[in-house]
Amino acid sequence: MSMNSFTSLEEYQKMSLLRFTTAGSVDDGKSTLIGRMLYDTKSVFQDQYDAIKETSERRGEEGVNLALLTDGLRAEREQGITIDVAYRYFATPKRKFIIADTPGHIQYTRNMVTGASTANLALILIDARNGIVEQTRRHAFIASLLQIPHLVICINKMDLVDYSEEAYEKIKSEFRGFAAKLDVNDVEFIPVSALKGDNIVNKSENMDWYQGTTLLYHLENVHIGSDHNFIDCRMPVQHVIRPYNDEYHDYRGYAGRVAGGIFKKGDKVMVLPSGFTSKIKKIDTYDGEIAEAFPPMSVTMLLEDNIDVSRGDMIVRENNVPDVEQDLEVMVCWFNERPLQPRGKYALLHTTQDVRCIIKEIRYKVNINTLHRDEEDKFIKMNDIARVVIRTTKPLFVDSYRKNRNTGSIIFVDEATNETVGAGMIIG
Amino acid sequence: MSIKYHINHLRELESESIFVLREVAAQFQKPVIMFSGGKDSIVMTHLARKAFFPAKIPFPLLHVDTGHNFPEALEYRDNLVKELGVKLIVGSVQEGIDSGLVVEEKGYNASRNSLQTAVLLDALEKNKFDAAMGGARRDEEKARAKERFFSHRDEFGQWDPKNQRPELWNLFNGKKLMGEHFRIFPISNWTELDIWQYIALEKIPLPSLYLSHKRKCFVRDGVILAESEYVKLKPDEKVEEMTVRYRTLGDMPITGAVLSEASTVQDIIVEVATTRITERGGRADDKRSETAMEDRKKAGYF
Repeated sequence: MSMNSFTSLEEYQKMSLLRFTTAGSVDDGKSTLIGRMLYDTKSVFQDQYDAIKETSERRGEEGVNLALLTDGLRAEREQGITIDVAYRYFATPKRKFIIADTPGHIQYTRNMVTGASTANLALILIDARNGIVEQTRRHAFIASLLQIPHLVICINKMDLVDYSEEAYEKIKSEFRGFAAKLDVNDVEFIPVSALKGDNIVNKSENMDWYQGTTLLYHLENVHIGSDHNFIDCRMPVQHVIRPYNDEYHDYRGYAGRVAGGIFKKGDKVMVLPSGFTSKIKKIDTYDGEIAEAFPPMSVTMLLEDNIDVSRGDMIVRENNVPDVEQDLEVMVCWFNERPLQPRGKYALLHTTQDVRCIIKEIRYKVNINTLHRDEEDKFIKMNDIARVVIRTTKPLFVDSYRKNRNTGSIIFVDEATNETVGAGMIIG
Repeated sequence: MSIKYHINHLRELESESIFVLREVAAQFQKPVIMFSGGKDSIVMTHLARKAFFPAKIPFPLLHVDTGHNFPEALEYRDNLVKELGVKLIVGSVQEGIDSGLVVEEKGYNASRNSLQTAVLLDALEKNKFDAAMGGARRDEEKARAKERFFSHRDEFGQWDPKNQRPELWNLFNGKKLMGEHFRIFPISNWTELDIWQYIALEKIPLPSLYLSHKRKCFVRDGVILAESEYVKLKPDEKVEEMTVRYRTLGDMPITGAVLSEASTVQDIIVEVATTRITERGGRADDKRSETAMEDRKKAGYF
């Protein structure tokens, strides 16, 4: 691998960023797969390698256990499982990767939702010996619910099924049948052995029948340029910048991260909730004025007219406004030990708004193994997914989650403990 | 959508960090930047400058001074504070020792590193800071890989790794009870190489310690340490002049140097891209036990 891309600033600036989430059951080799990717892309340093080598020897393991590279906290080392979302980093000359490594076992589904919320791609592992299990269905469903644009199914432990094409094809068609009921677009299947390194970074010599790419090649080349919404202009105002000095006496800048669309200098815009209109006078940054702003840029917008704008407001195009709503239909994933309370009141965060809401109705609970809608059992506990109706104390400026992940997502906060207790996706 | 509407990964990381810094300004009453003088806190402070431009950074800087700092780091700190026009608050470990808040370690490997925790918590409490921003990165160390951007601390300043708030999308929950505070890590997603490339891109000045220089050093347990009034030499340790630089800046008695001829940021980038030792690999404080960092984090360290 050429070092040039890493050492030349010019080359380094051509790299893009891909965030992906990994999911798998406890024993299907997820940690080994990540360890293998880090190791084969030369992202493991000598002292890290020495440390896991020593640990492997102390435990009497055969060879160096690459899974140890991703083991984080003491509790999980003791139990041999991952208990929380851990973030890993590696880069190739084409891309930088951020892995949200999430646990597979049942009681920590909430962590997979968390990891999935910012991912461009989900990597799902299936043990070739076992085929599709409950966990696989659960993870595929969450990936579709969270609208992760790309899905990669790694059929792992191919070495244990004699690299059989038949085993691979069987799992592939079984998954296709199941995925037909889900909202997923881009699905790729790759037969691998994380332990032996087949088709992870290097092409396998044991599977001539496989014509596709390696996992790393796919991660480096999957098209992510359309993952943001560039159509519907939305900028939630985070903070108002007022310098209070002589040089910038009348400066009033609206700071925020563009959540959708392309804003240009001179565009006619509307501010919600006031409905006042104005024109973009300037899009400012520390490095100077820029002509256009689009996701995921953080900018400061200045308007022609002196209108009252504060945190929680949203700057949009006059002819393309989000829904201004107090009553919302939401798919919620529950995160807390304390179950969702029917008629319960919660704090709610959406874009830069902080409001309160009441759960007005629980429509149904989703059985995430069968995708069946259960309208009888409305007891929503940790790791459950349900469709609910809520009413907020103030109008929110929303799009459906399908249309825009930034303006279509909310979190619920318990008003007594301040814990984040649930995540919601707005249904349009 | 065409390639035109695309920003590279450094700009994406920059934009994410600016978003987090602005959320801190909006969600907290009295935030502070924990400034160590190291490259990560320098980059974080640079990002804060960008986030609030043309206004001044709306946070003071807090430096926990162990009394064992490299003089070059202190000089850099004082110049930066003057240039930014922000307030500097110093939490002094020496004063903590003098007042009996903490007790100094004894012996050859005596370090003031562990004393920083109590002094930091004391400074946060005295000044009623409700959010303390740090330049920690998740790629540095395995306990940090699980850290959130907004990390909740209880009234004892403790971190509970089993009970962290889930963090989704761009929605950061900074709600807290009286007496609790948050640690905020705006550059969580940056790697060491990202930091260096960004320093090159933005032409950010650094303390001279990061670049190759001649210094009187000795070797202890495989770590190159600077000779200073703060360390006691063992009989068999001998001081020699070496050509070194630092990859992180901590306390003089425990921060390991690397033999290096890298005298420009570009040289360092080449060195970092090809090196085989992680940057904290040079820090004796992480080597005390395999879970050293996790233990210190739980107690309220950085």
